[in-house]
Amino acid sequence: MAETLPRTRAALAAWDGRDLPPEAAFAALADELAAALEERRIGDVSQRLNFEQPGMRALLLRTARAAPRLAAPYAQTLPALDARWSEAETWKLIRRAGGPTTSLYLLRAVDMTRTPDGEIRAVAPDQAVFVTLFLRTLWVSLIVTVACVVLGWPVAAAIAALRPPWSSAALLLVLVPFWSSVMVRSTAWFALLQREGPINDALLLLGLADAPLQLVGTRFAVLLATIHVLLPVAILPMVGVMTRLDRRHLQAAASLGASPWLAFRRVWLPLSLPGVAAGGAMTFLLAVGFYITPALVGGERDQLVAWFIAQFLNRDVNWGMSAALSVYLLAMAGAVIALLRVLTGGVTPAGVRA
Amino acid sequence: MQRPSGLLLGVTALVLAFLTAPMLAALWLSFSPTELLRFPPPGLSLRWYADFFGNERWVLATRNSLIVATATMMVATALGTAAAIGLHLGNFRARGLLVALLTLPMVTPFIVTAAAMFFAFSTVGLAGTLPGLVLGHTVVAVPFVLITVLASLSTFDATLLRAAASLGAPPSLALRRVLLPRIWPGIAAGAVFAFATSLDEFVITLFLAGPGQFTLPRQMYANVREYMTPTILAAASLLFLASFAFLLLTEALRRR
Repeated sequence: MAETLPRTRAALAAWDGRDLPPEAAFAALADELAAALEERRIGDVSQRLNFEQPGMRALLLRTARAAPRLAAPYAQTLPALDARWSEAETWKLIRRAGGPTTSLYLLRAVDMTRTPDGEIRAVAPDQAVFVTLFLRTLWVSLIVTVACVVLGWPVAAAIAALRPPWSSAALLLVLVPFWSSVMVRSTAWFALLQREGPINDALLLLGLADAPLQLVGTRFAVLLATIHVLLPVAILPMVGVMTRLDRRHLQAAASLGASPWLAFRRVWLPLSLPGVAAGGAMTFLLAVGFYITPALVGGERDQLVAWFIAQFLNRDVNWGMSAALSVYLLAMAGAVIALLRVLTGGVTPAGVRA
Repeated sequence: MQRPSGLLLGVTALVLAFLTAPMLAALWLSFSPTELLRFPPPGLSLRWYADFFGNERWVLATRNSLIVATATMMVATALGTAAAIGLHLGNFRARGLLVALLTLPMVTPFIVTAAAMFFAFSTVGLAGTLPGLVLGHTVVAVPFVLITVLASLSTFDATLLRAAASLGAPPSLALRRVLLPRIWPGIAAGAVFAFATSLDEFVITLFLAGPGQFTLPRQMYANVREYMTPTILAAASLLFLASFAFLLLTEALRRR
């Protein structure tokens, strides 16, 4: 923006914002747009302004093409070409976009926008997608985390309680999926969830379905595969904490007459809580930024923030939006880490890969 | 809980089955003689493995993956080991902060790390290049090297270095003859971690790789979206076996 329209920016900086900008701004804009079109530099500016105000791309391209034919005074010939040049809002938009920083993307990532006068308000309901997206990411991550902790706790407890050859065998069965790549396991799920695949066969066989179900592309598939991929991440920190527990606490509880259930509830569970917090937090951290599994087995409506970051970066080439979404995602992860530090007194799990 | 109850063992068995079954099923299906992903496959064949090794795209992707993983392993192991030694032997106040900073990529959402690297690398022209890709993988691989080497250093007695110095050994010699022979299993385990991390990495590759730079995970992703064939499962099974070998290797190194 600053590189493509430097003189327009300078001319607009002197403008008081009332009525219309001076003739110098009109002339500079016509001249610089024509030059940008000639040198094929107009794409960035038009995309940037079009994102803020749909229709700007067409306006800029049209103006740039017509500019060489126009003559002074541009303050009259430009509005004659397109009435929007006689609106102060259009010029304010260009002036605001010319600044070195903008809050546009950070606001848009939470479905807010700025009016030409600088007022912050919610975007039109049909454009409001990001708050829903963050809530969906949060919701999916929470379900996955809770499921992983609930499914993983008994496994960790059993590994801690079993005797050596058996405990190592069980631990190996957790470590193997932990080490194998996320892409490999997601691909396996994709194959198993096919319409003619084994899961559907099993459902038909068990009488749970009358006809093969479309499983790939559903929220169910995303949850199932994500829980499977992240389960070892939840189990391993819990194993770490539980194997280090002092078993004499339990013996003491038993010798004092506590039933197994009471001993579990009042002694075993509270003692294992740091592991639960560490495993849960690690799972949540990976889940909020998860990309591969939802992208492979989920549909358009099941994608999380990570997918949109990738889309804005790779397909739409809108770096501002993907950076803004990344900032919020990072803030979410930071909040979880801070919470974990408070809960566990500064112990962070290490050695977890995904 | 002196002895685990039957209920606990039953639930554990079910969850462990859930954990392992999908991969075993995919492994089995990769040997299917037909294109249908049906259970049970009507026989066993190596057809899809032959297809994998006969297909130029898969072979190229495998080669790319190995090149990037080897380069990442070397850079990350060198950097991570040096950092760990410095952090362990050095006596300075910012030590904890530095460890936290260096292990930050482990707790940062991968997509954020990847996007941030893409922005940074684009401004210096590293995006879409092989060195850029290796550097990107190195960033996420270094924490694993750092942590494994730090762990093996924690059992190393630093007075041995002082003894070496008092006997006239210059620091480089003491490092080579005294320190490294004692911590090499940790370094080797870190190197395996780094190699495995790079081999599996997808998100950073998605952003930083050039249009022609297909690694195995990227090729798999592209093929799954296009058309699911058992060849992809053959690729997945090969990667799975590789990670299984890495696991056994690190366990063996841990025992030393």
